[in-house]
Amino acid sequence: MFQQNIATLAQQLRNKEISSVELTQHFLQRISQFDENLNSFITVSESQALEQAKAADAILSQGKGNNLTGIPIAHKDLFCTQGTLTTCGSKMLNNFIPPYESTVTQRLAQAGTVTLGKTNMDEFAMGSSNENSFYGAVKNPWNLDTVPGGSSGGSAAAVAAGLAIAATGTDTGGSIRQPASFCGITGLKPTYGRVSRFGMIAYASSLDQAGPMAKSAEDCAHMLQAMAGFDQNDSTCSETATDDYISNLNSPLSGLKIGLPKEYFGDGLDSNVAKIIMDAVKEFEKLGATVKEISLPNLQLSIPAYYVIAPSEASSNLSRFDGVRFGHRCENPKDLMDMYTRSRAEGFGTEVQKRIMVGTYALSEGYYDAYYLKAQRIRRLIKQDFVSALEEVDVIMGPVAPTTAFELGSKTSDPVAMYLEDIYTLSVNLAGIPAMSVPAGFSEKMPVGLQIMGNYFSEAKLLNIAHQYQQVTDWHTQTPNMAKGA
Amino acid sequence: MSIDKQDVQKIAHLARLALSEDDAEQYQQSLSSVLSLVEQMQSVDTDGVEPLSNPLESTQRLRDDVVTEENRRDDFLANAPLSEAGLFLVPKVID
Repeated sequence: MFQQNIATLAQQLRNKEISSVELTQHFLQRISQFDENLNSFITVSESQALEQAKAADAILSQGKGNNLTGIPIAHKDLFCTQGTLTTCGSKMLNNFIPPYESTVTQRLAQAGTVTLGKTNMDEFAMGSSNENSFYGAVKNPWNLDTVPGGSSGGSAAAVAAGLAIAATGTDTGGSIRQPASFCGITGLKPTYGRVSRFGMIAYASSLDQAGPMAKSAEDCAHMLQAMAGFDQNDSTCSETATDDYISNLNSPLSGLKIGLPKEYFGDGLDSNVAKIIMDAVKEFEKLGATVKEISLPNLQLSIPAYYVIAPSEASSNLSRFDGVRFGHRCENPKDLMDMYTRSRAEGFGTEVQKRIMVGTYALSEGYYDAYYLKAQRIRRLIKQDFVSALEEVDVIMGPVAPTTAFELGSKTSDPVAMYLEDIYTLSVNLAGIPAMSVPAGFSEKMPVGLQIMGNYFSEAKLLNIAHQYQQVTDWHTQTPNMAKGA
Repeated sequence: MSIDKQDVQKIAHLARLALSEDDAEQYQQSLSSVLSLVEQMQSVDTDGVEPLSNPLESTQRLRDDVVTEENRRDDFLANAPLSEAGLFLVPKVID
């Protein structure tokens, strides 16, 4: 059952071949069987999930519901879920029970999904390996000695191992796409403002965006259909109308113009990964696409610009954790300043404190122009690169990450080694365009993701392109050995 | 670009983070590495380029100034580390 797609399961649920309670029990059983090795969940909501499944069965028995009714999914532990522990991977929030529901989880619940639990993540979404979680590292189901990627590493590992049909993720600099690539699943970071950020614990507000993670593009389309759209509770949420992401999946790709940025294929890219990406591009040519080389000249600058803008916004966003209203408070504070400084030093992990301090420095008197404003000017150059490129081509393709999943602990000693791994994903967030990671092959038994980047609000086109590729390839249907059986 | 331990303690104070001497030493190294990494921005000519703060360049949407939320004081206080009589409790500020 765990290998079925959403459309098939929805059909079986409607035909009463299975019930949502049976399906939910199946996944809860798989979580208890496999998650000890993966650590992909922080919270498993067993009784609540079974209640939601019963409610879904009741709706289905009246002949009502939609494709998501009764489908068991998981949420990154960054989305506030009313009445359910929401930690954001941090000790700071290890007792935080949100008094309200995020728009994303609310809309998916409204559509009838069953929430199996909340998935592990890098603390406050800061990291590319899921090693920065207070609740322990997540393991990659394809090789338990390697990382699943981050920050949505728990969601990626859970979907890859068949512990949930789909999961939510968030992507500030690659946090959906890179773990999707490392774990061999499909993930979509929508256009900035496509999905509401209300109830998402903020990291960098001008970059953060929620999106779906699932086995296939088709399943991502079902998820996005429920998640996307205007929300008056998020002042940056777009009023642009959503598309029909499902009915667009089957459009033919003939005449599609693909751009390959030469900067994505230079030094630092693993040669096996490069070959797999070029093989995928050849598949698209067979489907009628044409390919041309393009240039995104400011790509390298996305690393410094991102590592100024994101920490600056983080230092401001995370100032709310002061030990007064929610979250961790230190023991026996002697005065207010002591309470602030010790609560924050105890509650935040090293990487989070590091980024808060980088941001504090960049925003401090005398440095604001040289760092924050400079980074925002470079951000415009990066956006302009994409805008000009997308006048010549319909979509841009390249790798998601320079390598496959790396070994646990291999990049934790050098403070910037991990930052350099984000080279192919950061620029997309700075520009605000949508992008996907699609399974495109294996290098030494580890998955490789193809990145597809498109113009603003072209999610339907990206999903269509990925779906057509998945009609002629089977990389997205593979199951890691550790998760086989049951 | 490198910063000294005194700079680190000054930044930590602005960020309201209590750092031990050992912490300050570690952050001195890691912050210096990050600041060196971002230093490459300074070689780029951005004269005449406007800063981009919102990728869609949209402006803040306004709404009518009316009450939209109900009073849920007790729900919000439920997450407070210390509260009493409907108030958040903090260490004494004024003697």
